[in-house]
Amino acid sequence: MSATPQIPPVARIGQKTIVDMLALGKRTDDRGLHEFRQIRLEIGVVEKACGSALINLGKTKVLVGVKVEQGEPFPDTPDEGVLTVNAELVPLASPSFEPGPPNENAIELARVVDRGIRESKAIDLKSLCIQTGKKVFVVFVDVYVLDHDGNLIDASSAASLAALLSAKMNDYDVKDGELVLKSELKRLPIQNQPVAVTLAKIDNTLVLDPSLEEEQVMSTRLTVTSDGEGRICAMQKGGSGSFAVEEVKLGVRLALSKASEIRSKIAEAVAI
Amino acid sequence: MSEMKSQDQSIELVDVNGRRIDGRSLDELRPIKIEVGVLDKADGSSYIEQGKNKILAAVYGPREAHPKHVALPHRAVLRCRYHMAPFSTSERKSPAPSRREQELSKVIREALEPAVLSEYYPRTTIDLFIEVLQSDGGSRCAGITSASLALADAGIPMRGLVTACAVGKIAGKVALDLSDTEDKQGEADLPVAIMPQSNVITLIQMDGTLNPEEFEAAFDMAVRACQGIHEQQKIALKQRYLSIKEEVEEKKETEVEKEE
Amino acid sequence: MTLYVEKKQLVAPGEILAKGKYVSGENVHREDDRLFSSKVGVVEIDGDRLGVVPLKGCYVPHVDDTVVGRISDIGMSGWMVDIDAPYPALLPGSEVFGQRTPRSRMDLSKTFDVGDLVVSKILAYDRTRDPLITAKGPGLGRVTSGRVVKVSPAKIPRLIGKKGSMIGILKKETGTHIMVGQNGTVLVSGKSPERENIAIQAIRMIEREAHTQGLTDRIQVMLRDKTSDE
Repeated sequence: MSATPQIPPVARIGQKTIVDMLALGKRTDDRGLHEFRQIRLEIGVVEKACGSALINLGKTKVLVGVKVEQGEPFPDTPDEGVLTVNAELVPLASPSFEPGPPNENAIELARVVDRGIRESKAIDLKSLCIQTGKKVFVVFVDVYVLDHDGNLIDASSAASLAALLSAKMNDYDVKDGELVLKSELKRLPIQNQPVAVTLAKIDNTLVLDPSLEEEQVMSTRLTVTSDGEGRICAMQKGGSGSFAVEEVKLGVRLALSKASEIRSKIAEAVAI
Repeated sequence: MSEMKSQDQSIELVDVNGRRIDGRSLDELRPIKIEVGVLDKADGSSYIEQGKNKILAAVYGPREAHPKHVALPHRAVLRCRYHMAPFSTSERKSPAPSRREQELSKVIREALEPAVLSEYYPRTTIDLFIEVLQSDGGSRCAGITSASLALADAGIPMRGLVTACAVGKIAGKVALDLSDTEDKQGEADLPVAIMPQSNVITLIQMDGTLNPEEFEAAFDMAVRACQGIHEQQKIALKQRYLSIKEEVEEKKETEVEKEE
Repeated sequence: MTLYVEKKQLVAPGEILAKGKYVSGENVHREDDRLFSSKVGVVEIDGDRLGVVPLKGCYVPHVDDTVVGRISDIGMSGWMVDIDAPYPALLPGSEVFGQRTPRSRMDLSKTFDVGDLVVSKILAYDRTRDPLITAKGPGLGRVTSGRVVKVSPAKIPRLIGKKGSMIGILKKETGTHIMVGQNGTVLVSGKSPERENIAIQAIRMIEREAHTQGLTDRIQVMLRDKTSDE
């Protein structure tokens, strides 16, 4: 059962400062309304994973690990590999995260990141089929939130893309229906670059990349994920507030233009 | 939406005359039937049929918060559970709540929060249960449309009703109110919920691929469709009371006639 | 100033009632200069005051209301009472025995036990605390006989009628004693079960037709018919 969340333990006067400053077009960390915090992406941080990326989005830290293993296809897609995305709000990341099975926030985070990758067909799942109906490669994308200072969706989505782009899997031949692994590794068949951009509505102002304190004051958020061709592949409204029709349209435009900046940063980090 | 998309492209989703597999045109809704006040024990309830969707929504509350620590000091806590019956889908679904049901419980709650004047009942909970008895695409939208009526039926003060509808893309064209087959084989699905009282969007999600122009066309189509469904909601809500009024007036007339 | 509705019109939540300098009455909310209904109900206009009489809703305690509640728990110095409101009511021992020596839980249960129905009055209630009730006073105390009828609290005003006119008719025509709790619990006791049944039928009819006109006359006719059948 989903329940209205408890009030975050923050003083009202701090919240008032944020709102008052926004009315003057300023944010408490000196950023522009549509400016993202500094992004630092490091790839290959977990050598035992097929691919990994650690992102620092301001003070938010998310580590994504990609593992590729053999498995069975789903019955209604016998000739396609499988993508599965999971997210953990690791208890050490925030005083408000508790150990236990994924709660609705972790589930929503995983499913929004999943949608971006799946709907943009970022992974060519057909080329991950080993034997139709029997054996395919399963790509596990595990999002591990390590430090929560706001905007986990964008951080997780960017790190997931970086991890997928830099991941390596076993190359193989099929001899007599058996898999024979080659010595070299090859890149995953990635054919698109989905990037999520989230806006938060505080009073009547829309800001991009909300920090944790901004998230604690916001009434609603809108995430728009777009692909390398500028098409929208996922959207998610979150929070107990609402948007005017025009705000949704404006939000989509802002997100699409910001996504290309972030895509370049990811491409830079992965090329190194 | 299903995580297992069928690759069977042999069914033509839109024919040369612009007709869909169930005969509808691209901007046509499935037939909708709404009834309010269908359950006895719940404080408020509503039942909706939209195409083959059959969904029941019920509200208990405002009531004492159990356990006490979930309560909020200045407003009611809204709790929402979206759940699909095991026999609601073609293949039996396990009764255990899936990740999809958990996500939908959250987004549906967030779609209704802006409409509830929860400040009137501090330290209480308003519990909302949505049970999908039969599912055929667009169940979260039909669920929201029904749930907001259940809240109104319970006499919970609201800013206004919430109406929801989904638009998608099939065979490259933007289409209203996709059925399950159309969703599985289509190229995009965009569920939208609106509170017509102030024309604000309380839910918007999307999966698939839409270019910005397609998005605007789909979004506008969804908002317009919701306005129409809203009229049906209001009628359903008032229906019971209007029928009683008519009944009483008819009795009066027959008695007057008798006397004459 | 524009009025979009008329008196007695049936409205739904979110329907616009008026624009301009009107005063918001019950179940009306204002956004900028527009007034909207917050519930399903019937419009009431009193000068420039607009209200909506709800057709459904939970009981909200008001000081001095008489309510019929069920003892749900016994505590250290009093009882918890379920008055069908979103908040449980507290009945302190002092509001039954007076300020005397503290009583034990056993003493408390001898007076009112879990499951007993008690007629009480709301002493205090505000949004930050649960309602406080008293069972000291004429007509208050444990219910020992009679039939319990649960009515939607929103219909209680109609059941009572202007200055008790409606309930007066019921009592007179059926010869029953009817105690109406503002929280929707009504107690009916009469000389015979048939009389009680007729009173209950009338109560149900009022509950169902509360939003219609001419109800008082129809009830009068119905009661006369039924009691003359006997």
